[in-house]
Amino acid sequence: MSSEVADLPDASGHFGVYGGRFVAETLIEPLDELTAAYERLKNDAEFQAELDKDLADYVGRPSPLYFAERWSKQLGGAKIYLKREDLNHTGAHKVNNTIGQALLAKHLGKTRIIAETGAGQHGVASATVAARLGLECVVYMGAEDVKRQALNVYRMKLLGAEVVPVESGSKTLKDALNEAMRDWVTNVDNTFYIIGTVAGPHPYPMLVRDFQAIIGREAKQQIMTAEGRLPDALIACVGGGSNAIGLFHPFIEDSDVAMYGVEAAGDGVDTPRHAAPLCAGRPGVLHGNRTYLVEDDNGQIIETHSISAGLDYPGVGPEHAWLKDIGRANYVAVTDDEALKAFHDLTKIEGIMPALESSHALAYATKLAPTMRKDQIIIVNLSGRGDKDIHTVAGLEGISV
Amino acid sequence: MSRIKGCFAALKAENKKALIPFVTAGDPNPAVTVPLMHAMVEAGADLLELGVPFSDPMAEGPTIQKACERALEHGTSLHDVLAMVSEFRQTNSTTPVVLMGYMNPVEIMGYQAFATAAAEAGVDGLLTVDMPPEEASDLVAILKTVEIAPIFLLAPTTVDARIAKICAEASGFVYYVSLKGVTGAANLDVAAVEQKVMQIRHHTDTPIGVGFGIRDADTAQRVAAVADAVVVGSAVVNRVADNAESPEKINEAVASLLREMRVAMDAGPPKVGWMAKIFGTGK
Repeated sequence: MSSEVADLPDASGHFGVYGGRFVAETLIEPLDELTAAYERLKNDAEFQAELDKDLADYVGRPSPLYFAERWSKQLGGAKIYLKREDLNHTGAHKVNNTIGQALLAKHLGKTRIIAETGAGQHGVASATVAARLGLECVVYMGAEDVKRQALNVYRMKLLGAEVVPVESGSKTLKDALNEAMRDWVTNVDNTFYIIGTVAGPHPYPMLVRDFQAIIGREAKQQIMTAEGRLPDALIACVGGGSNAIGLFHPFIEDSDVAMYGVEAAGDGVDTPRHAAPLCAGRPGVLHGNRTYLVEDDNGQIIETHSISAGLDYPGVGPEHAWLKDIGRANYVAVTDDEALKAFHDLTKIEGIMPALESSHALAYATKLAPTMRKDQIIIVNLSGRGDKDIHTVAGLEGISV
Repeated sequence: MSRIKGCFAALKAENKKALIPFVTAGDPNPAVTVPLMHAMVEAGADLLELGVPFSDPMAEGPTIQKACERALEHGTSLHDVLAMVSEFRQTNSTTPVVLMGYMNPVEIMGYQAFATAAAEAGVDGLLTVDMPPEEASDLVAILKTVEIAPIFLLAPTTVDARIAKICAEASGFVYYVSLKGVTGAANLDVAAVEQKVMQIRHHTDTPIGVGFGIRDADTAQRVAAVADAVVVGSAVVNRVADNAESPEKINEAVASLLREMRVAMDAGPPKVGWMAKIFGTGK
């Protein structure tokens, strides 16, 4: 694999035809300002040292790479390692990025943080770093998601954030993103928008990836220590795709390492109720970038469905679109039911309760591992813990917690 | 001469400014739109902006968001919008029509297919809110072959070097977004607008339209005094929304607003009394 792929995006934020900057004119200048600040700070030793210290002392990195021996044996194929992002402070990979962007906000002199959130993990991670830096924080969340993620809503409020339920459109993550953009364009002078995934206008897909790439860098070192060689496959769930790109990116040039991004098939990709743009969508322009979208023949965005609020999004990061088109990564989808089974399996077999998002990646591992030899290795990104989903899972079983 | 150029040239000869109302096509239902377009022209509109409904209108305030939702309830597509322009052109061959919306419907139709169909329908310009010039070169090249003007936005945050660059690529008119915010916001600062319009004028002879925050005859008059065109969106769409349940009243509700604006704009800059001259007009 040529190094060109890993060097993307180009200077204007493109991954091939994807990415770019499709925003209202008002936001061009702040995006330029952010790009310049990031380019300067990412090579600044002091900034990097500050970031590394926060990741170690506040987030608790490195996160362990755990060999799920019992589960691997039961599946009867490849050895499965879990990258334990669920053990990070706030319970998911999201904080890797919010720590980084909050430091950028501080350096840019912004006093107010806004964020969009689906499952609430990014909202919690944003509210957390805002609390720590003493910044005002407003989190936009689809009204539907506010209902299904009540625990995270309360967590954000405890952290001092204002949670704004978004009633427009499908009342989920995409609408929260629209509303956050509207806030940003209005309060651009004092406000820093912490985007939670590797989508949006340039430089967001690049900088969020860079902050999340710590996942893959650690995993690479850890697997070399544990097994003395690189893994055969990486598996991660893909909503916007930040945990997946974080794991994949440091392995892009290792062409023997297969990569599987797992989208949410909801009721099935052949039904209207899914959230799988890479598997069942087509390219278009939304939320500042060109990428694969779930859309109709007239270019209207279609309401998506997934049991997991964090994957319930009609778009995907542009770098994934690129990796799909060039064939470097494979994109597959698993249904709500398959993800739920994996949620229960891992909880019972390994004593680890995964987030419903991460359960999609685990579900695909149960399909892939048995097709592989016992000396082969899979790393699954366990992107978050499942405590936040207990109400959803219990509700499906008719239990009110 | 293109319809847009002809329109601005004729206004200039009469020392008048352009009144550009915006409505979302298909709001509150598709049958309303073409008669409303004619009614707006009769009430004094010089150029029409026709909104292409989109599911995720990121730059819009609540008024135009809801207009999009009403239009999409009837499935109003870009194809339907072009059909409306065609129908409008059957009896009006002079008033320029600019489509305003978001990139994705155009992306899905395909640039060439859109350009051909739009030119055939009689569209004069295209303004896509979420496509800055950096991303537009392929589309602009195709639009130019069919003489459809790409209309670009300038914003309060646009720096001078960028104003120069965008103006160099502009045709038809440039659209200055008068405030930081979404459509329908309330905090218009005419003095700041005047300053920015003068800055833009240094870079171009292309007419300068100003939009966002123009809500009544008074703001239209004050903005017309400093710009070449006044774009009125949410104020018009509010009149449509107020009468969504009785669509037969929409034409007159919108026309009466436009007539007031027309009269105020044609009366020239607001007269300032001697007290205000000495003490300032305040806010």
